[in-house]
Amino acid sequence: MYAQLVDTGTTGVKSLQEMSAEERAFQEKIDAEIKIEAKNWMPEAYRRTLIRQISQHAHSEIVGMLPEGNWVTRAPTFKRKLQLMAKIQDEAGHGLYLYSAMETLGADRDDEIERLHRGEVKYSSIFNYPTLNWADMGTIGWLVDGAAIVNQVALQRTSYGPYSRAMIRICKEESFHQRQGYEILLTMMREGTDEQKAMVQDSINRFWWPSLMMFGPHDSDSPHTGQSMAWKIKRHTNDELRQRFIDQTIPQLEFLGCTVPDPDLKWNEARGHYDFGEIQWEEFYQVLKGNGPCNRERLRTRKNALDEGAWVREAAMVYAKKQQQKQQQNAA
Amino acid sequence: MSDWPLYEVFVRSKHGLNHKHVGSVHAADAQMAIENARDLYTRRNEGVSLWVVPSNAITASAPDEKEPLFDPSQDKVYRHPTFYKLPAEVDNM
Ligand SMILES: [Fe+2]
Ligand SMILES: [Fe+2]
Repeated sequence: MYAQLVDTGTTGVKSLQEMSAEERAFQEKIDAEIKIEAKNWMPEAYRRTLIRQISQHAHSEIVGMLPEGNWVTRAPTFKRKLQLMAKIQDEAGHGLYLYSAMETLGADRDDEIERLHRGEVKYSSIFNYPTLNWADMGTIGWLVDGAAIVNQVALQRTSYGPYSRAMIRICKEESFHQRQGYEILLTMMREGTDEQKAMVQDSINRFWWPSLMMFGPHDSDSPHTGQSMAWKIKRHTNDELRQRFIDQTIPQLEFLGCTVPDPDLKWNEARGHYDFGEIQWEEFYQVLKGNGPCNRERLRTRKNALDEGAWVREAAMVYAKKQQQKQQQNAA
Repeated sequence: MSDWPLYEVFVRSKHGLNHKHVGSVHAADAQMAIENARDLYTRRNEGVSLWVVPSNAITASAPDEKEPLFDPSQDKVYRHPTFYKLPAEVDNM
């Protein structure tokens, strides 16, 4: 998802008997749905895994602004431009709520951002695809934020208090993102020229499979799911969430009058779910490894933003110190 | 931005309610912390008032002192109205 393939640093899930007294008390709290808070005792692996998961999630929100930022100056109307900017600003907010939750675990924000820039930690694979036409702004809101919502709604019940509270805030804001995206596509399909309608279909063709990859590998290829679910930092498996997303999205797709590039997609009456074709996992792993169409550009942009803002952060700190000295002198 | 100090943010969502902790921001000083908190935590009328407090100025109770701190209140059942059994005629008191 926004955090794909999070390594828990463990092999297999310990039984209650194998745990130390502290670990057992901790696990029993989690089993009873009692939230873990920053100052509570927690296993080192739980803390490290959460830092990894929350930082990946935060980085995804921040890097996720770039594909949409590409269209701010080219939005078709002033209204669409304002909406897009508001949406992007929300994503910046989501990143900051999450960094703030991560810091309660003792992680340092600068360090984690530097690790991202050195390519040591990941962000969601989806943001390494280019945004080639205006319909992509609609498709991202509808499909990408839609997939994120499915995941984040589940994470509202995560066991770590600060993470759960950040998710609740984020979910309140996401619905606007998805609706504004869908409305862009609906407007193009209802009022657009043939060319504009073709843009919508082209955009869905490009984003469909990468959106499904957002949920991460098949359960059978996710060795850490067991531990993450026992700790309740993951509440449903990748395949469960992916199926939920597909089931809720296809009726919306049909309402648009569009299709997805999957000849195997069809309703399965017996299962009560849509069947769908096999995902190209080789592409997913390549993108995750840094070889997607935009990986290098995304990291370069983030690095430049940080480097070019350094003097501003420094100047603000010097100014704040001066103001403080002045105040102290006046008081003396 | 860890080179900027961390501030905890409290928002009063409506007149008449308490300020409630919502998260934290980094800022060069308290004034900037207020401005950052406004942008981050009140983009949709979530508040009518903001407090920011340097995170390192907060003293928290330790979780392992939970029992000595909070248990004493458990055995004082006479502090609760239900402890006092009154006849039905006057029990809506
Ligand atoms: Fe978001
Ligand atoms: Fe979003």
